[in-house]
Amino acid sequence: MHLGHSLSHGGPDAVSAGARRPDGARRALRIGLGGPVGSGKTATVAALCRILRDEVSLAVVTNDIYTREDAEFLLREAVLPPERITAVETGACPHTAIRDDISANLEAVEDLEDEVGPLDLILVESGGDNLTATFSKGLVDAQIFVIDVAGGDDIPRKGGPGVTTADLLVVNKTDLAPHVGSDLARMAADARAQRAHLPVVFQSLRGEDGVRDVAAWVRERLAAWTA
Amino acid sequence: MSRGALLVLADGRFPAGGHAHSGGAEAAVGAGRVTGAASLEDFCRGRLHTTGLVAAAVAAAAALGVDPGELDAAADARTPSPALRTAARRLGRQLLRAARVAWPSGELDALAGRFPKGAHQPVVLGVTARAAGLGPADAAYCAAYESVSGPASATVRLLGLDPFDATGVLARLAPEVDAVVSRAVGAARGAVGEGVDALPAASAPLLEVGAEAHAGWAVRLFAT
Repeated sequence: MHLGHSLSHGGPDAVSAGARRPDGARRALRIGLGGPVGSGKTATVAALCRILRDEVSLAVVTNDIYTREDAEFLLREAVLPPERITAVETGACPHTAIRDDISANLEAVEDLEDEVGPLDLILVESGGDNLTATFSKGLVDAQIFVIDVAGGDDIPRKGGPGVTTADLLVVNKTDLAPHVGSDLARMAADARAQRAHLPVVFQSLRGEDGVRDVAAWVRERLAAWTA
Repeated sequence: MSRGALLVLADGRFPAGGHAHSGGAEAAVGAGRVTGAASLEDFCRGRLHTTGLVAAAVAAAAALGVDPGELDAAADARTPSPALRTAARRLGRQLLRAARVAWPSGELDALAGRFPKGAHQPVVLGVTARAAGLGPADAAYCAAYESVSGPASATVRLLGLDPFDATGVLARLAPEVDAVVSRAVGAARGAVGEGVDALPAASAPLLEVGAEAHAGWAVRLFAT
């Protein structure tokens, strides 16, 4: 957990990595979801919203590359009321907005807490990017990297910051493995070698309750955050 | 003044949200008005002498200690497009966040308390310059240069323009940036005694119109 203290010396907080809001209340846990285009980040966010929305107060920030498509998908699927979904425009570079210049995303999470809070959890979804795109610790407390079996079963072996360092690696669309010739056992072994003790989840959102392992991991993080 | 601090503030990588904005370049590219290095130079020159001059003068006045509230209202009056006013305040809020960590100061804290949703970016820029130990000309340089460097780097992404050509455009405009800064600082000094009406009110109608149209695009790379 990132519990950095505020550098401000009066007035409203300058930064928002601190665990407390200006009024002293605990802010929401912020979890980032990144990964390549089409790996199933938005589908995972939607599934998490459906399973967690009756347990906790949550909201979503999306970072699309050139449209509001991800936000609109979540709205269409009605996984959350519209006021709980915010789209950040990223100037063609989602990785800049989640890592190098996080100001627009910090505003989005703070505005959500102001307007629909108190919130327990905010999911920050990156637009599809490359294997080096990771979230700044100033923006999220933990991050999930989502890849899929159809993107090539050599991705875990190739590593990269997302695969190697994310707090949770999700290998999505396992139902497709036989159709695209991906070797799940090899992907699991490569991921273990790259990630030491960091967890990996293999999931297919086609099946009933497909997101349950990721949801369980999120619940653990929430419990640790509020402990 | 500290030349080192000026470089930190003027750096295009300073994390204050500018990367998501094209300064009207995306609308101009979409309308076929910017198609290459020559038309980019025309576009940037127009922006520098209108929006750039106004932003530089407002920033210089804020650096001289003119009341931020009056300057924010003056910037509003000089920005007809609601989309650009919203974007300017959003960028101001983002700059303020970065500035308060980089150069902690009571004036920046007070500005955040007074404008929780953001003041116009050049106002924040001027107060930031004060906090960083910089003067009105430094603040004006940051604003004037930003008015052309933003569209130039956006056009590299939008058109696949040769990045060396885009940088050449900026280098050729540098003497005009100097001239705009000199005008802006003169006007800002006038505003100290005579009030904000002494600030220039140059406007580029096509930038304002283009920004309103761009705000309605369903598919776009940049926020403005």
